[in-house]
Amino acid sequence: MIDVKNLHKYFGSLEVLKGINCHINKGECVCVIGPSGSGKSTFLRCLNLLETPTKGEIVIGDMHLMERGFDVDAMRKRVGMVFQHFNLFPHLTILDNVTLAPIRHKMMTEAQAKEKAMELLNRVGVGDKADNYPVQLSGGQKQRVAIARSLALSPEVMLFDEPTSALDPEMVGEVLEVMKQLAEEGMTMIVVTHEMGFAREVADRVLFMDGGVILEEGTPEEIFDHPKEERTKEFLSKVL
Amino acid sequence: MLDSFYKAFIAEQRYLLYLDGLKMTILVSVIAILIGVALGTILALMRLTAEQKGKSTLLSKIAYVYIDIIRGTPTLTQLMIMYFVILKGQGGLLVGSLTFGLNSAAYVAEIIRAGIQAVDQGQMEGGRSLGLSYTQTMKDIILPQAIKNILPALGNEFIVLIKETSILGYVSIVDLTKVSDFVISRIFQALAPLLGTALIYYLLVKVLTLGLNALERRLRQSDRR
Repeated sequence: MIDVKNLHKYFGSLEVLKGINCHINKGECVCVIGPSGSGKSTFLRCLNLLETPTKGEIVIGDMHLMERGFDVDAMRKRVGMVFQHFNLFPHLTILDNVTLAPIRHKMMTEAQAKEKAMELLNRVGVGDKADNYPVQLSGGQKQRVAIARSLALSPEVMLFDEPTSALDPEMVGEVLEVMKQLAEEGMTMIVVTHEMGFAREVADRVLFMDGGVILEEGTPEEIFDHPKEERTKEFLSKVL
Repeated sequence: MLDSFYKAFIAEQRYLLYLDGLKMTILVSVIAILIGVALGTILALMRLTAEQKGKSTLLSKIAYVYIDIIRGTPTLTQLMIMYFVILKGQGGLLVGSLTFGLNSAAYVAEIIRAGIQAVDQGQMEGGRSLGLSYTQTMKDIILPQAIKNILPALGNEFIVLIKETSILGYVSIVDLTKVSDFVISRIFQALAPLLGTALIYYLLVKVLTLGLNALERRLRQSDRR
């Protein structure tokens, strides 16, 4: 489903990604963990080209992202993204936040888009807020709306960039619950997270990143219970 | 006092002079605002091409140089260059509205650019991540939010522009201020014509301010909790 080969990213002269290689299967939920500044978010943002990789290869399904003249917008309809700070559109109602993109892409009529949006909003438990503005919602509710907004385009892959890091502790659970459901339904997901509990319980595979490379990868049991690398052990001893 | 107001405004139908002057002031202001907003928007978008590309572009450089020169030289000097050189022999309305329009565009451009850049970077990413193009995201997501940042500063620019047209008399264009000057020299009294003129400018600006305030209130709808 997703193939990344020798991915490098420089910010100026600073090398943030130093050759990432990984393969992610369809329907897999992969959690990326690691210390701040290890390049996790940059790696994730490269996967939908919010950051332009300096070199390397990314293939998602039949799309070769690094090819010349690649249609970035078409790819993003198929690769959803959820941000740490939600990035809901504050001047639009919750319903309009969700229906905007499907309508603009002419994927559905306005009525169809509304119907699908309501179905998604109900599924993530904020159907009663459809006519409110984002400012009237709690952080957890906003993030669930953001997930619904991405799902409205029926993406094949969902990227989550620290989706619970900006939330009050009491709201983390409700967002993780929605993500867990999504994983159980077979969505291909890549989740950059600091929620080790979620990674252990939901992930099919965990990638540990440090210093711009994937230092270790394996099942949650392998990473959390029997880490091989010293650096992984040290990181886990601090966060667990 | 009443007598001098009578002399300044009523005698010899002088109010007709003020009306003519007011007409020139309003026409120059309105046309200049239209030119300023249209050209200013274009200049702002030209400057923003640098942001979109991540490095300065030819368009952004041209816009920057234009803005830099206009803002770096006095409006009165620009007016004189227009009147004595570029549009020599042309009518006052054309000279006045073009000068102030071209001048205002530089300020409007910076107001619009700042308003757009003040919108959280995450909004552009949010739009782009849903597969919307740069232009679509600008139109549907960034500009509707930026307008709230832009409007107060833009209103301020309009107010400054209206009042600054009072320098038109310097090149013999008969605007409201020039009329008061003319009347003073006819009746040898300054207070009444100047007070009257000041009041007319004040009312003009007041109407504009009230209109802009109403517009701002409407745009604040999504802020209410």
